[in-house]
Amino acid sequence: MTLYFTQDHEWISVEGDSATVGITDYAQAQLGDVVFVEVPPAGTQVAKGKEAAVVESVKAASDVYAPVSGTVTEANSELEADPSLVNSSPEGSGWFFKLTLSDPGELEGLMDETAYKAFVAGL
Amino acid sequence: MSADDHIAEPLPLDAWHRARGARMVPFAGYAMPIQYEGIMAEHAWTRAHAGLFDVSHMGQLTLAGEGLDEALESILPADVKSLAVGRMRYSLLLNESGGIIDDLMFCRWPTKIYMVVNGAVKAGDIAHIQAKLPAAITLNHMTERALLALQGPEAFAALERVTTGRWPLSALTFMMGGPYEIDGIDAFITRSGYTGEDGFEISVDASAVERVADILCAQPEVKPIGLGARDSLRLEAGLPLYGHDLDTDIDPVSADLAFAISKRRRSEGGFPGADRILKLLAEGAPTKRVGLAIEGRLPAREGAEIFAGDSKIGTVTSGGFAPTVGGPIAMGYVDAAHAAPGTSLEIEVRGKRLAATVTPMPFVPHHYVRKGAA
Repeated sequence: MTLYFTQDHEWISVEGDSATVGITDYAQAQLGDVVFVEVPPAGTQVAKGKEAAVVESVKAASDVYAPVSGTVTEANSELEADPSLVNSSPEGSGWFFKLTLSDPGELEGLMDETAYKAFVAGL
Repeated sequence: MSADDHIAEPLPLDAWHRARGARMVPFAGYAMPIQYEGIMAEHAWTRAHAGLFDVSHMGQLTLAGEGLDEALESILPADVKSLAVGRMRYSLLLNESGGIIDDLMFCRWPTKIYMVVNGAVKAGDIAHIQAKLPAAITLNHMTERALLALQGPEAFAALERVTTGRWPLSALTFMMGGPYEIDGIDAFITRSGYTGEDGFEISVDASAVERVADILCAQPEVKPIGLGARDSLRLEAGLPLYGHDLDTDIDPVSADLAFAISKRRRSEGGFPGADRILKLLAEGAPTKRVGLAIEGRLPAREGAEIFAGDSKIGTVTSGGFAPTVGGPIAMGYVDAAHAAPGTSLEIEVRGKRLAATVTPMPFVPHHYVRKGAA
């Protein structure tokens, strides 16, 4: 399992051609209290860098972008009942969706954890 | 965020907010704290205890001079003449067609009128007032003053403990103001606010505001609260926000602010836009500002369109998740035919139709401490 990060503060955990996507702890702290998450249903085709999900905090709605292209296999249904999982466990039970990668080569431009931490430290 | 996010000089409590872990955002041309520990927690704290808000971005003005009351009545629909010393009123700066230039509070001091206007539009307000008032009236923009709001059911207990004055703090009831001292610092205090809770607004010299904020936050009831919770609190209280729920294209009747047009002024007229506004009062406005309770958890935000069946009949002007209500709420303008409480409507958000019901405001009851109440 390999963990990658984007400059838009999504994480993607990859195993073979399957991956799980969520937003980082930095992102959830910036958003504040999450009150609603709209995740793409299974079967949705998502494209790298395009809107894939929407997260609503008390204050505002924010797009979440697909870190890579692929087909969604599962949306995290627990977020419907408890959107605050995104705040309490952004990189665990607050994951957004799982997908099958259509082009694993797209992972190459993403950051590893060390690079992401350095990126956030520079913000 | 827009082009007028240009940041002016820091407000007097800038460093104080940052030292307390606030996240600062551009607002009304200033860097201001959006939140400290989180909007939900801050909102809940204010409803249960007392929250301290820095509202120093707002414009504090004094007006004085011969013929002041008549002059103010030429630009406001309020009954200024009957306002006694220490009394405060909500009013509206109106343009010639009855559109709302700003909403404001004013209070009679012994020889002056003290006025608080919205921060984002204060420069335009001042220019408008100066252009309209006769030369005998002097307007002073008190840029040397800071303004704090202490709001919540425990605000009185916390403030009373640290306040001295000629009168006890309890002499102030809702919409009254007077001079007090906090640790020897002169403070003009009004019993007013923007959360629907009991509370106070405290005007002090900018050089002393850190000291006053420290003293208030040292009280066990008090925590600093950011703009995020200020917005969710005022939305639950059904209070409109200028620039969102009110603007120059909206008249007071449509805005459901007809209470701000006093009885005498209704019969006498003589305020800007009076012809149009008095006609709307008599015949009803074609659109009305209403509250909307939304089913489910997905909030509808400013700009979302409101439908009755296939017809678009309105637009959301403020909306979000309401922490005390426990769900999404909004306010917006709808055609008068669909404005009755209980009317079922739909709001479109990202292609989905959310079921919404027209709901009387406030969404959360006001807890103002009025004169004569126990």
